[in-house]
Amino acid sequence: MARIFAYIVHKGGVVDDSAVELAAAARKIDAAASPTAILTGWGADLDAACNALSASYAEVWKLANEALAYPNAELVRKALVKVLPSGSIVLLPHQHFGMDLAPGLSIKMKSTFVSDVVDIAGVEGADLKVVRQEFGGQVSAHVRCDLSSGAVVTVRPGAFKSLEGAVVSGVGGVIDKSSDIGALTAGRRYLETVTAEAGDVDITRYNVLVSIGRGIQEKENVAIAQELADALGAAVSCSRPVVDAKWMEKSRQVGSSGKTVKPKVYLACGISGSFQHLAGIKGSPFLIAINKNPKAPIFQVADVGIVDDLLEFLPELSNRVREMRTVTAK
Amino acid sequence: MEILVCVRRVPDTSENEIQLNSAGNDIERDELVYSINEPDNYAVEEALQIVARVGGNVTVATVGSEDDEEVLRREMAMGANHGVMISDEAFSGSDGRGIATILKGFVEKGHYDLILTGVQAEDGGAQVGGMLAALLDYPFASLVNSIEVLDGGKLTISREIEGGNREMNEIDLPCVLSIQTGINEPRYVGMRGIRQVASIPIPTFGASALGLDPGTVGRVAVRVKRVDYFVAALGKGAEILHGSREENIDKVLELVAAKGGLK
Amino acid sequence: MVPLVRAERDFRFDQPWVRLGRVLKFWLGQWKQPRYRFAGTLHIFIFTGFLVLAIRAFSVLIVGVSENFVMPGLSGRAGLIYDVITDYAATIVFLCMAIAVIRRLVFKPTRYAVPARYGKDHTADAVFLLSLIAILMMADSLFAAARAAAQSQGGQSVGVLAAFSLPWILRNALVSLPLPALGRLYFGAYLVHEVTFYFLLCYRPFGIQFHVETSLFNIYFAKLDREILKPVRWGVSEEHLDQVKSFGVKTFEDFTWKHMLDFYSCADCGRCSDNCPANAVGRPLSPRFISIKARDYSFQHYPILGHATNGTALVGGKDTSSIYSEDEIWSCTTCGACEQECPLLVEYIDKIVDLRRGMVDDGNVPQSLQKPLKALESRGNPYGKMEKKKADWTAGKEFQQACPVRTLGENSGADTLYFVDSITSYDDRMQAIGRATAKILSHVGESFGILGAAERDSGHEVRRFGEETLFMALRDHNVDAIKASGVRRIVTADPHAYNALKHDYKDVPPVEHISQLIFREVKAGKIKFKPVENDNSTYTYHDPCYLGRHNQIYDDPRDVLDAIPGLKRVEMSRARDRSFCCGGGGLMLFYEPKEEQRMGVKRVQMAAEAGANVIVTACPFCMVNLEDAIKVAGLEGKMTAIDLAELVDQHIVRDGLVAAVC
Repeated sequence: MARIFAYIVHKGGVVDDSAVELAAAARKIDAAASPTAILTGWGADLDAACNALSASYAEVWKLANEALAYPNAELVRKALVKVLPSGSIVLLPHQHFGMDLAPGLSIKMKSTFVSDVVDIAGVEGADLKVVRQEFGGQVSAHVRCDLSSGAVVTVRPGAFKSLEGAVVSGVGGVIDKSSDIGALTAGRRYLETVTAEAGDVDITRYNVLVSIGRGIQEKENVAIAQELADALGAAVSCSRPVVDAKWMEKSRQVGSSGKTVKPKVYLACGISGSFQHLAGIKGSPFLIAINKNPKAPIFQVADVGIVDDLLEFLPELSNRVREMRTVTAK
Repeated sequence: MEILVCVRRVPDTSENEIQLNSAGNDIERDELVYSINEPDNYAVEEALQIVARVGGNVTVATVGSEDDEEVLRREMAMGANHGVMISDEAFSGSDGRGIATILKGFVEKGHYDLILTGVQAEDGGAQVGGMLAALLDYPFASLVNSIEVLDGGKLTISREIEGGNREMNEIDLPCVLSIQTGINEPRYVGMRGIRQVASIPIPTFGASALGLDPGTVGRVAVRVKRVDYFVAALGKGAEILHGSREENIDKVLELVAAKGGLK
Repeated sequence: MVPLVRAERDFRFDQPWVRLGRVLKFWLGQWKQPRYRFAGTLHIFIFTGFLVLAIRAFSVLIVGVSENFVMPGLSGRAGLIYDVITDYAATIVFLCMAIAVIRRLVFKPTRYAVPARYGKDHTADAVFLLSLIAILMMADSLFAAARAAAQSQGGQSVGVLAAFSLPWILRNALVSLPLPALGRLYFGAYLVHEVTFYFLLCYRPFGIQFHVETSLFNIYFAKLDREILKPVRWGVSEEHLDQVKSFGVKTFEDFTWKHMLDFYSCADCGRCSDNCPANAVGRPLSPRFISIKARDYSFQHYPILGHATNGTALVGGKDTSSIYSEDEIWSCTTCGACEQECPLLVEYIDKIVDLRRGMVDDGNVPQSLQKPLKALESRGNPYGKMEKKKADWTAGKEFQQACPVRTLGENSGADTLYFVDSITSYDDRMQAIGRATAKILSHVGESFGILGAAERDSGHEVRRFGEETLFMALRDHNVDAIKASGVRRIVTADPHAYNALKHDYKDVPPVEHISQLIFREVKAGKIKFKPVENDNSTYTYHDPCYLGRHNQIYDDPRDVLDAIPGLKRVEMSRARDRSFCCGGGGLMLFYEPKEEQRMGVKRVQMAAEAGANVIVTACPFCMVNLEDAIKVAGLEGKMTAIDLAELVDQHIVRDGLVAAVC
């Protein structure tokens, strides 16, 4: 079996959640594997991130270069190509950086590329068999990819749960590979990050979110969700279609192109459950899904599901909450 | 500016209920309706808007077969100057890398300053744009949600990153960009528009015209292959509440309280 | 006049007798004026006064040349009577002007107000014109009075002045003046009269009173068949439409000459906007300003002196000369309230549709409408649902046993086609209307069926949203399927489908709305009702625009309701041809203009004000909007909406024996 590397996304010295997920994915490919984490960056942030990985990775490769202080995919690719052994299996998270880096990396590594993997079915001969979702998650597919010249695999964030109690074996610790990189230039240069407007409500600060999707049907019905949120002391968040329809502000959007939230309870109301949306829900909240469509993908990931019309269910729920509150108050 | 937009025809998920066929090895394709891959449509609109600002031409190309011509016509009706069909028996069954290789062959036959693709296809994996760029050794950016043309063969672009933030970059031309939906508001194309471009010839390019080695594309070169389709077990995680509405409401409240949501 | 020449064609020269008849009714008869009791009465006085005075003005003009000129036919006794009448006419017009000025300055009816976004207030302009006319009347009377005073002083035979008329009062005041002064006054009054008269003639076209000249023509050339939408281009057959380079109205010159005449004829009375539901809920549309802005554009771009600048885009914000916003043009529900009200028969729906056709042709369609339009193209319904599920509403086990519904194939042998249309086929709630309709049809023993998967959307809103080509494709598909089924008539419960089949389609069997059929069968005794289930309820009937205003079916649904024993029915303040649109049907459900309030909410509030707690309507789109509005207005539990077919189905006596009891 080829050597497995996990590219670790980190920011401000903090390692992204995907680090443990990639380690879990690596072990699903090869239970005996001891994947190597590979990090690019510069300065104290990079060192902090490398050190934070010791719990999940036995060996960490550090690629420090001032030009890599901000992760520019083209520069990162050039650095990785210099240090990665050919035939390696490289795992990346399927998010905006992975999407930027992975396809080109596979070309330069002359290896196979498979993206947005949600599960690993196993290795069959020289092939890796993975599970992908297509058509907005309506169907899944088994996909075989040829491992004979290595592979670049992007993994859907949240699809692999960290393996508790997995033994980190092997020795190595942090190995500095910076000197192998050489000079780096790119046709694309990072300028700045423009932060989205904060908005009136910071949905990342709430323990309970009443989150609405396309099922809310129209702008006026947002009030129904707001009523429940008011009763619960929660905030209303939403999925992308709601923002696209201009029913709510962008600042309320949960998902890969919106905010990342870590509530305790997440009420998904009329949300189909696209992975872009789920990618914004972190910290494994208790997920309650209310949807008219019993086949909505959200029911696959929710803890509790209710098949009902949310436009009728939510107002009654609000009433019950208010009743309870008055009783408690007395 | 000469802009090439690579487009694909895919089953339209918003107008289809995707189901498995009886054999379980494919989706039921009989009653599907196809249309242009949605992000690709945004890419064409963006190309048209750029050309409207700085001049130039928009060429729309697809790797496919006769059936796929309708999406070229639709994009030509939007205003694309040329439509190109890249089609050959040898191309069929290509994986992402194969498609990127074919497109590379086509790009090298012409002179394009800017190549756009949609961010990803309904049944694809956001791969062709990045692979094509690497094959051509062009700079690449994914999830692009704004483009501004600068003097001196450069663009300022922004990418959609986490939290709705925007990552601003400067990028040298020629380059490949994969376009995110929402970058613009694509114009409407009706049947009348398509009919008006119905008689414009669409040239076809095959493997030999592009100077492609048939061994590098199509089925023979496939490294990634879909084996089957299946529907993931329903309600794998969710415990579906089957009670009356009142019972369900009480249960939800109990759970919310138990999880620390009622304070 | 220049733009009229550059305008698009329009066929308005047919049926001269019908047109003359309409001139008599709407112009001479001032038919629509009394819809506004006070202003209308005032207008009728002024109009009559003007007609009388027009002859006098002409003769006064000639008196300037030949002092003893007498209008032929107006000498002797007839002339005397005419003089008396004109004296009164001038007096009445003068008084009306005074009242009008007071109304404008003191009472300021809101109908005349100009919202800031539409420019400056028109009051000054209006008062100026009213004053000019008053001066004209005063000068005219002074002229007559001075002459009479001079004549009486000179001992000549005195012309008769009508008692208590303005000239009479003036003469009594002037009679003691010395003769030379009277002469000067006589001459002065003549001068003032003529100067004002010519000033008015010249000034008018630039103001709001141009309608005095154009109204006669505007009414003569007004559209005769208002329910039929204007073709994309007059004189171009459908087969040749593909050769037409540009669809619809994009520049001012794309309007037809009649539509331009409409702009010049608008009297700025504001009755259209006063009745426009879009305007009432604060959408960015006011029909009055569709006309006023176009007229201003015309005067600005076709100056009397200097070169015409034309060909600029009318809609959209990019061009500074664009006068309409996109939202403005998409805000119209085509309910027809404005056209119903306009005393000058100005057309609005055709213009809105033409402007939309232009926008669609340019690809300028709101994103929220593109998906449903695409779905209509690929799937034949705006929801993108699969064709094979079109008849799913008939599939319930109980319903199938009670009322099996056939899907008609070729030469089905069925008499009647029930045309269901998209919303009733696919919307969970509206499917109940479909089932009620089918049960009624089966109760009266109709041999009927549906087209099922072969039925496409009627295309009614597709056409009114300016997508003519898509409409034609939908229509052609349906016409083929209807013809193949061999039915002899069509029934529908959807007024939009009804209107499409009746007026937009050609060569299909006659179509009836279910309310007409029910009424007929009630009269024939085939439908008998049991007493109303809940006699505590008060019902009111909401007229769907495409059943009422567009097709004049006002009484059948009401008569059906009144045939249900014990049903208490009240009328809303806005009913019949003044019904207030629920918010619009079809594609309007996919488009949300900026608005302060929803039309439906306003409508259910009107029902509440009328004391009703059940709104009966006969249209699935009204049902969507009204049911939503009941929730939004917080009237849930206090107010319900029900379709006529559902109500009838609930109250039909299905057992012949029970019928005798009622």
